[in-house]
Amino acid sequence: MSLRRLPALDPLGTLLSAVGVVALVFLPFVVFKANRIVPGEARALLEFLPAWAALSFVLVLALVALVAVGVSNARVRLAFALAGVIAVASAVAAAGNALTPPGNQVIRISPGAGFWLLLIGLGLLATDAVTRMRPGPGMRVLLLVLSVLAAGLAIASGAFDHLSIMREYAVNSDRFAREARRHLLLAFGSLAAAVVVALPLGILCHRIPRIRAGVLGVLNLIQTIPSIALFGILMAPLGALAAAVPWAADLGIRGIGAAPAVVALFLYSLLPVVANTVVGLARVSPAAVDAARGMGLTRGQILAHIELPLALPVILTGIRIVLVQNIGLVTVAALIGGGGFGAFVFQGIGQTAMDLVLLGAIPIVMLAFSSALLLDALVDLMNRAAR
Amino acid sequence: MISIEALTKQYGAMRVVDEVSMSIESGSITVIVGTSGSGKSTLLRMINRLVEPTSGRVLIDGNDTASMPAHLLRRRIGYAIQSNGLFPHRTVAENIATVPRLLGWEKARIAARVEELLRVFQLDPVACGSKFPHQLSGGEQQRVGVARALAAEPALLLMDEPFGALDPVIRSKAQDDLLDIQRRFGTTIVLVTHDMDEAFRLGDRVAVMRQGRVLQHDRPGVLLTRPADPFVTRLSGTADRALKLLSLTTAGELAEPGPRESRTVAAGASLREVLSDLIWSGAEAATVLNPDGTSAGRVSLARLLAHGRQS
Amino acid sequence: MPRAATLLRIAAIGLLVGFLAAPQRFAPLFAPLTQYGAPPIYDQGNLLSLALAHLGTVFIAAAASTLVAVGLAILVTRASGAQFLSLSRTLANIGQTFPPVAVLAVAVPLVGFGQTPTLIALFAYGLLPIFENTVAGFQGCPPAVIEAANGMGMSARQRLLAVELPLAMPLILEGVRLSLVINVGTATIGSTVAAKGLGEVIIAGLLSNNTAFVLQGGLLTGLMAILLYDAMVMLERRLLRTVPA
Repeated sequence: MSLRRLPALDPLGTLLSAVGVVALVFLPFVVFKANRIVPGEARALLEFLPAWAALSFVLVLALVALVAVGVSNARVRLAFALAGVIAVASAVAAAGNALTPPGNQVIRISPGAGFWLLLIGLGLLATDAVTRMRPGPGMRVLLLVLSVLAAGLAIASGAFDHLSIMREYAVNSDRFAREARRHLLLAFGSLAAAVVVALPLGILCHRIPRIRAGVLGVLNLIQTIPSIALFGILMAPLGALAAAVPWAADLGIRGIGAAPAVVALFLYSLLPVVANTVVGLARVSPAAVDAARGMGLTRGQILAHIELPLALPVILTGIRIVLVQNIGLVTVAALIGGGGFGAFVFQGIGQTAMDLVLLGAIPIVMLAFSSALLLDALVDLMNRAAR
Repeated sequence: MISIEALTKQYGAMRVVDEVSMSIESGSITVIVGTSGSGKSTLLRMINRLVEPTSGRVLIDGNDTASMPAHLLRRRIGYAIQSNGLFPHRTVAENIATVPRLLGWEKARIAARVEELLRVFQLDPVACGSKFPHQLSGGEQQRVGVARALAAEPALLLMDEPFGALDPVIRSKAQDDLLDIQRRFGTTIVLVTHDMDEAFRLGDRVAVMRQGRVLQHDRPGVLLTRPADPFVTRLSGTADRALKLLSLTTAGELAEPGPRESRTVAAGASLREVLSDLIWSGAEAATVLNPDGTSAGRVSLARLLAHGRQS
Repeated sequence: MPRAATLLRIAAIGLLVGFLAAPQRFAPLFAPLTQYGAPPIYDQGNLLSLALAHLGTVFIAAAASTLVAVGLAILVTRASGAQFLSLSRTLANIGQTFPPVAVLAVAVPLVGFGQTPTLIALFAYGLLPIFENTVAGFQGCPPAVIEAANGMGMSARQRLLAVELPLAMPLILEGVRLSLVINVGTATIGSTVAAKGLGEVIIAGLLSNNTAFVLQGGLLTGLMAILLYDAMVMLERRLLRTVPA
């Protein structure tokens, strides 16, 4: 009976704490590499932190684990998870500064598996806390903006400059901005073009049921073609077009580069938007349409004032799918000279320089995640307004 | 016989069922009636332990239901609910065979039982057995639901608003069928409803519940003539209580010796129907006929009026 | 209409098998796409074995993700695992924003080049649609049906096997289909990290500017994806015939 009076252990917190202990004790927190491509060797906590700092670092993490296991208040859990993230980030920054000899540009200090595992564990703890708080759309966006700002400030402060990924950034800084613009342009540009075409096409499919199966079937077919293949296949006709029509080449249409990428992304984007437009319009209550007709609205007015506004959340969900999908697929476009963050990824894979791979992959994931969160918040907001 | 002893269910500070005790005769129909939130469904679901009681116990023929694993207990008790809960991925025959299969009956015995039940419920065993539930009408689905609950020949059948989703005509037919089937199999039935007319029509005994307590548990006539609580009166309705009282008795039960009348009524007809017939035809009395056509006596208007008067 | 679909299906299978069995027969078709006498048909490896390796990777990954995703979905939809439900859904949602290429790229530093990072990426990426769909399938089981199953005395295991899984099956299969089709495409990208598969053909074409290679690689993977998609849809329809939506 006395056992019953003990507070129940939080199962997720217990699991994550165990993972944290394993990460801290058995896995390297940072890895020291003599240059950017050789395999590294692990460095222990005490090799780059003074004893007092190492002790307080471990203490902070222990405190976080204690809260994770025994405290159920979501705000407290979130606060401690964030404190843990700050501690881990500070430690890795300190490692970069302590282990790099002054003026040495060749050696690399990379965050090790222990660091990544701790970060993922703390991230899960924070995610779980946020999930338990059930934040509204505004709060979620605010949390996103705050974390992006915090991360941006920390990076801008130069604290991480001695870490390997930032070293790669320093070497590629001018290209980074260019590839970032390229990536966004390709992802959003093809999305915009697709929406312009897909929305009317979706409305048409809704109005004329006969063409619905055919259109959706063809679009489905396009989705099954692997992205690299579609990029490659489009190179031939676009190259031929550029060769045959001089002004097309002047417009930048060429066999390799951005043109096949934009066309392929555009084609991939059509299905989610068309399908969701059809579903959204089909879900509009017939009673509402009937009432509008009864009040003398024209078909155009019904579409503009009743059907489209009511279908908008579903259509937006389709646009969210496309945006996240495009941000990922643009990466592949780098293989045909389309540019974007994928250029770093594939260059890094080619040179077996994993830090360069991460320099490309991390922004892609962040970009996709932020876009999904923002559009989800927007959809949520509209659904709430509709209720 | 089922004994419910000081049965209580508590959620937090809320007592949904509050020390209910009652005993239910074997082979009878007991209807638990109450408004929503009265605890009637919770009480029913504690009998087959879909809800575990906080305290108190249920004895079936002297055996404590808590003494065996809940799922084994439930296989011995039939259970039918309002939205029938038929398995959409199984045929009608497979649905009915569910509990016999769980109990490990032989195939031939299961097939025979399924066929028997389909016939009893006026469903064609050949055409209907291989259909899927969504291919049936609402009334047919409801019948299959009850047939499934009776498949393993349970001595006790629990029903939670079984006719709630049916339209009035089909509902009335389903109630008649239930009475027939109960007579045929002798099953003890405990049925929950919010409809007092249904309770009076089906129940040998009716228990009125409010706020987790049973206010009165008695024969329908007693509820009408000697309500134990103003709430019982309110739930029964006062506007047509004389007619309700008449509807509880059949012509056969009230018939007395006397001269033969030109107007005749069936012995099974309720007094309410007889009264209506006499008003309609302008006759003063009618002869009550047994099913075989012999006379069971006569019923006069005066005697009807006396029977419906508050005593 | 269904007859035309059947003919199309047979033609697609015939084309795929024919091309893989005797690719050189198709050389004249691809020759116009090559320049300077480059080979019209991929000659640095056997197309059939590449296709089989490709399919093998896809199926191993899909089988593993199906097992794990369905298992996890069962766990978080039981009363004992309910605590993990909302977190796991959030994670699945976040996970789906990870582009497959990024998963692949991140897997390389952990396990090196070759088949393994591709398998990991396909496995991880395939988990999400199956998990989401399985959870949705379980939650879509009508409460009255669950109540009836309990009321008739099914044990938790019997209820899961005889009622919940069959009812969730169409949605689970849809998740598997999404995973399979995504996997066929993603596996081509696996060739950039030296996994054996048809991506090799496409990448060889991109590197040597040989459109014929790109086209035949794309055509073969596309055909495989479409046929897989089609086969899964047929399987789902068969099941749907007995389980109404």
